[in-house]
Amino acid sequence: MQHFWSVPRITRRAWKVWHRNIVVFFRTWKVNFFPPLIEAFLYLFAIGLGIGSYVREIEGIPYVNFIAPAILAISVMNSAFFECTYGSYVRMYYQKSFDAMIATPLSIEDVIAGELLWGATRSLLYVIIMLPVLAAFGVISLPLSLLAIPLAFLGGLMFAGIAMCFTAVTPSIDTLNYPSFLLITPMALFSGTFFPVTLMPVLFQYIALALLPLTHLVAIMRMLTLPALTGMLVLHLIWILIVTAIFCIIAINLMRKRLIV
Amino acid sequence: MGATIPDIIEAIHLEKTFGSIKAVDGISFAVKKGEVFGFLGPNGAGKTSTMKIIACVSPRTSGTLRVFGMDPDISPAEIKQRLGVVPQETNLDPDFTCYGNLFTYSRYFDIPPDAAQKKAEELLEFVQLSEKRDVTVEKLSGGMKRRLILARALVNNPDLLILDEPTIGLDPQARHLIWERLKLLQAQGNTIVLTTHYLDEAERLCDRLVIMDNGKILVEGSPADLVKKYVGNEIVEVEKTPDVLSCLEKNRIPFEITGDTVQIATESSRDVARVLFDHCSPHKVLTRPATLEDVFLKLAGRKLRE
Ligand SMILES: Nc1ncnc2c1ncn2[C@@H]1O[C@H](COP(=O)(O)OP(=O)(O)O)[C@@H](O)[C@H]1O
Ligand SMILES: [Mg+2]
Repeated sequence: MQHFWSVPRITRRAWKVWHRNIVVFFRTWKVNFFPPLIEAFLYLFAIGLGIGSYVREIEGIPYVNFIAPAILAISVMNSAFFECTYGSYVRMYYQKSFDAMIATPLSIEDVIAGELLWGATRSLLYVIIMLPVLAAFGVISLPLSLLAIPLAFLGGLMFAGIAMCFTAVTPSIDTLNYPSFLLITPMALFSGTFFPVTLMPVLFQYIALALLPLTHLVAIMRMLTLPALTGMLVLHLIWILIVTAIFCIIAINLMRKRLIV
Repeated sequence: MGATIPDIIEAIHLEKTFGSIKAVDGISFAVKKGEVFGFLGPNGAGKTSTMKIIACVSPRTSGTLRVFGMDPDISPAEIKQRLGVVPQETNLDPDFTCYGNLFTYSRYFDIPPDAAQKKAEELLEFVQLSEKRDVTVEKLSGGMKRRLILARALVNNPDLLILDEPTIGLDPQARHLIWERLKLLQAQGNTIVLTTHYLDEAERLCDRLVIMDNGKILVEGSPADLVKKYVGNEIVEVEKTPDVLSCLEKNRIPFEITGDTVQIATESSRDVARVLFDHCSPHKVLTRPATLEDVFLKLAGRKLRE
């Protein structure tokens, strides 16, 4: 068991893996840049303006403004999670990229760390693409909302680490559907995204706060975009930092166990 | 003290187990600078496992191993910086072109972009893929892919090349093209370790080789010495008839039966042939030089392997 907790030795070479992925991403940038843009518009129109015309306000905040940070946070979660599940699995299993990389001075720890950094970077890029759209609709405050960019990297790293743990243990690409449906989809709905956590029964509130990573990301995001900073921000941040560290470490150790035989 | 050149690889009682399977069962060998050293053996002999251990991508279960005098368990990155590896399984990056594969791989070795670019073009030329420079790797034939992997293994000017079945699954023309390139690398003084289950490939390329089976090394030597030592110079093949068999026994000539032919290993085929024609009234007699295949079949047996 101790094996899973030992802190892996990662070198600067991890950035070479990150570099490889970002080169591929920007080469097909047209395909990669549209989804976050479209997603931002879809959410704003369908939920923000659609549902918003009935709900109008939540806790004294216009409904569109209330969900704007959730749109960002969900995008952070999805982009890192899907990159480090399906994306990483394809590179690992079908393309044998990791095998090719560890035949060079890169270690498996470097490779997985590079993948995690890349997953986080993808979240960051998506938030950078979405921010101008949200700003144009006037549903986020500036300049404080710009802090959503570094926050996207941290939140992205957290979901990348969680995702990579599933990738490390999944027997096939199909079984990756389970965490997507059983974890990611419910989390997108019940983490204080489209309605406040306080609307749920108390027990569920505790569960959301204790166990759902997205809850904490949405909470910080909302403090930045409204803006409505409180001391709670520090607690959310600490929660995210700890969980990120734990999952990234376990992910790397699980991957080493899977790939180094 | 005499200045002895240290061995590039030194392995003593190397072992690798997967659960209850002993893939590598206590093998010892040494590879000298500038030689082409082969691992010959049937599928499942443990060749790939051995290559992966040397290439620092799979840890050994026990035994001592030094590559460039360093321990793969302790200094993998330092060793890998000086290795070029052609894995058994093709793992080119499908997201890149031929050139892109070489250039991207160079980055993993910390090669500066200018040098990497120049080297990539040079290597594409070397493996005769310059025309395919900007083609994605999915569009390459099997032989081209193997050649590109060979080029990829050379981006860092390795001090040791590890080739695991370099021509596996290729047609004769494609194999010859790779052999030709390997011969060139050999002539330039590269140290090469290769595995193969093709006997002709081993005979053609290796200065020295070991024959492996069931995780163990059966014999070691140069192809010519092995043939001489274990088989002899020549093989006389004669059709199997009861007359021939009893006649050979009467004349005390050792022989082996394979299917419907009798094989006689000998130093002098003329003497054997004379005995056959004078006393045994053979139907068909064929004389040929002995090959590694005869050594291999003699040592590893003729039982069918899947
Ligand atoms: N990752 C693995 N897990 C379990 N068994 C393995 C693994 N890799 C190889 N083996 C087994 O080890 C033995 C040697 O395999 P290998 O080294 O690939 O032989 P070769 O390359 O000579 O064909 C075989 O019996 C093979 O099934
Ligand atoms: Mg093999």
